[in-house]
Amino acid sequence: MKLAGLIVQRFMQLILLLIGISFIVFLSMHIAPGDPASIIGGPTASKADIEAIQENLGLNKPILVQYWDYLKGVFSGDLGFSYQTKQSVTEALTERFPNTLNLAIASIIVAVVIGVAAGIISALKHNSLFDALSTMIALGGISIPNFWLGAVLILIFAVNLQWLPVGGLTDPFWTIEGIKQLILPALTLGTGSAAMIARMSRSAMLEVIRADYVRTARAKGVREKSVIMLHCLRNAMIPVITVIGLNFGFLLGGTIITEQVFAINGVGRLMIESIAARDFPMVQGAVLLVATLFVLVNLIVDIVYAFIDPRISYE
Amino acid sequence: MIESILSVNNMVTAFKTSDGLLPAVRGASFSVKKGETLCIVGESGCGKSITALSIMGLLPSNGKVTEGSVMFENKDLLTLKKEDMRSLRGNEISMIFQEPMTALNPVFTVGYQIREPLMIHHRLSKREAHQKGIELLKRVGIPSPASRMNQYPHELSGGMRQRVMIAIALSCNPKLLVADEPTTALDVTIQAQIIDLLNDLKRDFEMSLIMITHDMGVVAEIADRVIVMYAGEIIENGTVSEIFNSPQHPYTRGLLSSVPNVDDPDFHLNPIAGSLPLLNEKISGCRFHPRCPHAMEKCKAVSPVTFEATPTHSARCWLMEDEEVRQHGGQRAGTL
Ligand SMILES: Nc1ncnc2c1ncn2[C@@H]1O[C@H](COP(=O)(O)OP(=O)(O)O)[C@@H](O)[C@H]1O
Ligand SMILES: [Mg+2]
Repeated sequence: MKLAGLIVQRFMQLILLLIGISFIVFLSMHIAPGDPASIIGGPTASKADIEAIQENLGLNKPILVQYWDYLKGVFSGDLGFSYQTKQSVTEALTERFPNTLNLAIASIIVAVVIGVAAGIISALKHNSLFDALSTMIALGGISIPNFWLGAVLILIFAVNLQWLPVGGLTDPFWTIEGIKQLILPALTLGTGSAAMIARMSRSAMLEVIRADYVRTARAKGVREKSVIMLHCLRNAMIPVITVIGLNFGFLLGGTIITEQVFAINGVGRLMIESIAARDFPMVQGAVLLVATLFVLVNLIVDIVYAFIDPRISYE
Repeated sequence: MIESILSVNNMVTAFKTSDGLLPAVRGASFSVKKGETLCIVGESGCGKSITALSIMGLLPSNGKVTEGSVMFENKDLLTLKKEDMRSLRGNEISMIFQEPMTALNPVFTVGYQIREPLMIHHRLSKREAHQKGIELLKRVGIPSPASRMNQYPHELSGGMRQRVMIAIALSCNPKLLVADEPTTALDVTIQAQIIDLLNDLKRDFEMSLIMITHDMGVVAEIADRVIVMYAGEIIENGTVSEIFNSPQHPYTRGLLSSVPNVDDPDFHLNPIAGSLPLLNEKISGCRFHPRCPHAMEKCKAVSPVTFEATPTHSARCWLMEDEEVRQHGGQRAGTL
């Protein structure tokens, strides 16, 4: 099957990409000002203490050797240990990642439902009041910063109306409480993507409803509902799928601010804390994870693509 | 007399544009008899497709039939409910289009697209529709039809796609097929095959055919009756031999002399000078007079009425008035 070839090819690319990304992250962390050893040692540490710490962490070895050691670890699933907490990085990420994933999935669901629906209605009611309003809101949705939107939503729905919790993501997503906790962060994180998906759906749909094959469908006597939901939508979704995939990738890596605003213990927050503490292994691990997921999501998009667009062949 | 299956009466189709409401079809009247092939000819942009789409109820969203009636078996298609019109389309009246490359939906298999009208109109099961689909593909000359059913349009050549379109259009045994330049986008050899196929099928399926074309060669091959359109008006209407042997309108003569004649080595291509007026252009009198080699003062001032050369042959040209006066002492068919 051609698809199998694609998947193999993409995995090879993924491995190369991981090597590249890990190298860049590794290098930039070492070039950045701030020595982890002195941070770990604290302000009272003597020069000898710091040297001991460096020795202990292998920080005095040549950088390429350090990188080689790290890379070997990566491919065996060992991302090293946190300088700060001594916890295994793999473990820390496994612990935090579900929160980030839940947030990203909830956000993309919000974005797809709102975006696709708004886009299609806009296109079908081209130049109507709904179209104008949704275009305006979409424009706003793209430009509103997450921290501001998050704060406003908290103020309205958590502080004033007290419908939803202020923050935290402690209950599992399949419970009512868990869903309540997800709503505001998902809206905050998903609005930008909803806006992008809405714009793409609208323009794709506008193009498709003028297509010759749509006229053919009507000439065949196909019911209007099927003309829109089958003949149009199936074609219009092809470019939209790409935007959805890309956005999901962005959402996974873009949870930092939202996690911070809503006090969610996810990978994003872990990343901020680790950067502040010069906790190299933790930052590297987190960035690698996000990058890997981004590539994986794109692979999935390509596969979905092959299913809805028969013209695509991976030869 | 054979009865008409379709009769279009004084139909006006206009488009809402930034220049206001502009008529693209200006009072068209014609009819198609049972089993007859009617060709609509004229330069690109003269309103042929819009005439066909008006009949089908498939006009672009800014277009509307503002006057007249389209009678199909005692029903006025223009006043029919949307749902009733939908159940006629693809069932009793079918249409095929100019661009086989874009007329089929790229994300559905040939099989899906041919089963669709059968399942909608004839309420066949998927399996029955599939079987019928294979038969239809075979009938329109597609080799190994069963495996074609599972292919997507992009896997087929232009000629094959047009055959698929024809199979889809004929799937429910329509009484009338409207073909809008079905061969224009195809290679010359494929064109001839498709025309032959349509001719055969028309006989087999005992249907009437409206064939739109700007190719007089196609007309000669397939038409029983011909209407010539110019700038939204029907300017001549006659049997195929009348149109070819005694064309009345200077525009029709122009069209005929712009067809290459392979039998005559001395023949010169002689296209009509000038070009079709734009929809928003205001023209007094006869709409053809700016391009007409025989234009008289009267042509610039007054729009010509319809004159009959024979009971089956009429045209809108003031030149015929003189002839009629000379020959029959003036015998008008009245204004249109
Ligand atoms: N959607 C539209 N809006 C405005 N004008 C249109 C539209 N569609 C077609 N027209 C105009 O109507 C006229 C007739 O077009 P058409 O019937 O397609 O010509 P043809 O004889 O080549 O098939 C042309 O002048 C064309 O520009
Ligand atoms: Mg046309």
